[in-house]
Amino acid sequence: MELYRAHVLVCGGTGCTSSGSPAIIDKFNEELEKHNIKNEVKVVRTGCFGLCEVGPVVIVYPEGAFYSRVKAEDVPEIVEEHLVKGRIVKRLLYHDSIAQDQTIKSLDEVGFYKKQMRIALRNCGIIDPENIEEYIAMDGYKALAKVLTEMTPEQVIEVVKASGLRGRGGAGFPTGLKWEFTRKAPGDKKYVCCNADEGDPGAFMDRSILEGDPHSVIEAMAIAGYAVGADQGYIYVRAEYPIAVKRLTIAIAQAREYGLLGKDIFGTGFNFDIELRLGAGAFVCGEETALMASIEGKRGEPRPRPPFPAIKGVFSKPTLLNNVETYANIPPIILKGPEWFSSIGTERSKGTKVFALGGKINNTGLVEVPMGTTLREIVYDIGGGIPGGKKFKAAQTGGPSGGCIPAQHLDTPIDYESLIQIGSMMGSGGLIIMDEDTCMVDIARFFLDFTVSESCGKCPPCRIGTKRMLEILDRIVSGKGQEGDIEKLELLAKNIKAAALCGLGQTAPNPVLSTIRYFRDEYEAHIKEKRCPAGVCQALLRYVIIAELCKGCGLCARNCPVGAISGERKKPYSIDADKCIKCGVCIEKCPFNAIKKQ
Amino acid sequence: MKTLKELEEIRQRALESVNLRKERNGTRVVVGMGTCGIAAGARPVLLAFLEEVKKRNLQDVIVTQTGCIGVCRLEPMAEVYRPGEEKVTYVKLTPEKVRRIVAEHIVNGRPVTEFTIGAADQQ
Repeated sequence: MELYRAHVLVCGGTGCTSSGSPAIIDKFNEELEKHNIKNEVKVVRTGCFGLCEVGPVVIVYPEGAFYSRVKAEDVPEIVEEHLVKGRIVKRLLYHDSIAQDQTIKSLDEVGFYKKQMRIALRNCGIIDPENIEEYIAMDGYKALAKVLTEMTPEQVIEVVKASGLRGRGGAGFPTGLKWEFTRKAPGDKKYVCCNADEGDPGAFMDRSILEGDPHSVIEAMAIAGYAVGADQGYIYVRAEYPIAVKRLTIAIAQAREYGLLGKDIFGTGFNFDIELRLGAGAFVCGEETALMASIEGKRGEPRPRPPFPAIKGVFSKPTLLNNVETYANIPPIILKGPEWFSSIGTERSKGTKVFALGGKINNTGLVEVPMGTTLREIVYDIGGGIPGGKKFKAAQTGGPSGGCIPAQHLDTPIDYESLIQIGSMMGSGGLIIMDEDTCMVDIARFFLDFTVSESCGKCPPCRIGTKRMLEILDRIVSGKGQEGDIEKLELLAKNIKAAALCGLGQTAPNPVLSTIRYFRDEYEAHIKEKRCPAGVCQALLRYVIIAELCKGCGLCARNCPVGAISGERKKPYSIDADKCIKCGVCIEKCPFNAIKKQ
Repeated sequence: MKTLKELEEIRQRALESVNLRKERNGTRVVVGMGTCGIAAGARPVLLAFLEEVKKRNLQDVIVTQTGCIGVCRLEPMAEVYRPGEEKVTYVKLTPEKVRRIVAEHIVNGRPVTEFTIGAADQQ
């Protein structure tokens, strides 16, 4: 064992990898070699730290210096100054990590992490996901050992039930109950599956868990296998997540090598193994019955339920299907007990929830907070507020199945019930923040466009109904909205919700319904006044020259590609709305900011 | 994996590899590693601290480094910070002196006064 006096942790999540962290790792190794301190300093590639906005991120322990936006060119300075001479490179520190007295705050003290509580993400950003021993060091596989040697399957299910854990995939079904149904289902061959087909626009928490801590999912699936009486597991992960696939493959191989998967685990006679199934990235394959069809090698289409997967799942055998984040919560629950877990969160929603924070927010990234944290805390305390001092308009939760939360509900505690009550839902945890410059009709159209192109086409309400809704929305944003369109949308939505075959179709109209509910005036402005209040919908915009500001220089007219601007020099110019193609060149060129969109 | 003992052995062994990565409030040993310190032999001193800490399996001690502490003629130097106590500065260190400091000061809480900067100044 080498003696290391410092550890350099480099984020290897998808975000930081794409912004250059592999080159940073190479450069560290090269520089350490050059200074001849390679045997004193260990470089570790970890999973996502969460603060993707300021990546690539590098943390140096034992000081805990949090360097952000690191480039390969910065590495020689970090090595020379910090690792050789012991002087922290202040210019690269994350801005919030320097306290007023110029000392470095510990990570828990930084605004972004202060209100967070990491259970599912406990090891992400701390351990090397490709090294099973580091996972074991953090009490990994201890929970599996405990259930196999000390508990009966019924006791395991009781613990999960007592913890109050609910499915993190979105619907929030009690996890322990699902395990119990599967255990009690008749049949000797059973399966345990993991849904890692994360497809919501803006969601990436499952990916980050798989990339940062794949063993936590593997361990939990083995525990579930013991509890429900299964010896085979499948992880269904989309092929568009190459880093997650690679780390899962490595993790499964390591677990087999250490005898933590395979036959006779811990000498208890319990057998369990896991295989990966790669999905081609169809949104519908995240729906449980479609996912199971896809695992079997069939076309990923949903089927009516019941029978539920617990009775008739993969290969028509009883199957337990949980989401990645749900599984990641299991080992700590087993080790720390159900009382510990149920003491976190709200009355009916226990534990924490991971959100992928995106859109118009300063700290884009991954956050894990106790259930019941308010949206305001997430947006302002953790997310650092809206860029450019703009006003918060709405938060979209739950992807295409969810809805919008407007500013008046900023103080709603986030849990399953509260969100449903205000017309949204937890969903898998995508949280997209929108500011005053966002057009809500356009947002509804965006999500519906997604559902229309991802509909599997099996049932008419989803295939045809959502298409009709999209046509109406297209009409509205292009300025051809008609009286009664809102009512038509509502009627279609109601019928699609009632008639669609699977959860995707049933929830597809949600973004439209929730935007109508809270921003009906914007729909009306589009339809009746042919105006887009947020100034987004191209067809409804007019470019006008404000006469008082125009100096008559003629720059706009010379640059207009269609000759829509005319005037006399030294006098205010004007734009011919019929000729204008709204390209925006005139706004860019005007030195006096005299041209506005209306 | 056949036994719990095996798992625990791996855990103990691997714990050392991740142990550095957490916030701690225990003892901090800071070795001066400016050019002067390195020239005077700070590296063997630093390694001696690390070895002692590891050998004794001291969980709450971190060994780190800093630049020139300012009294170059007394290098190699190290400062020991223990929670709630005043910092102690050791001078003209050697790996042998380090072993005594770890045993007497860090483990048992009695500073080795004869190696401190105060003692050196009186000479």
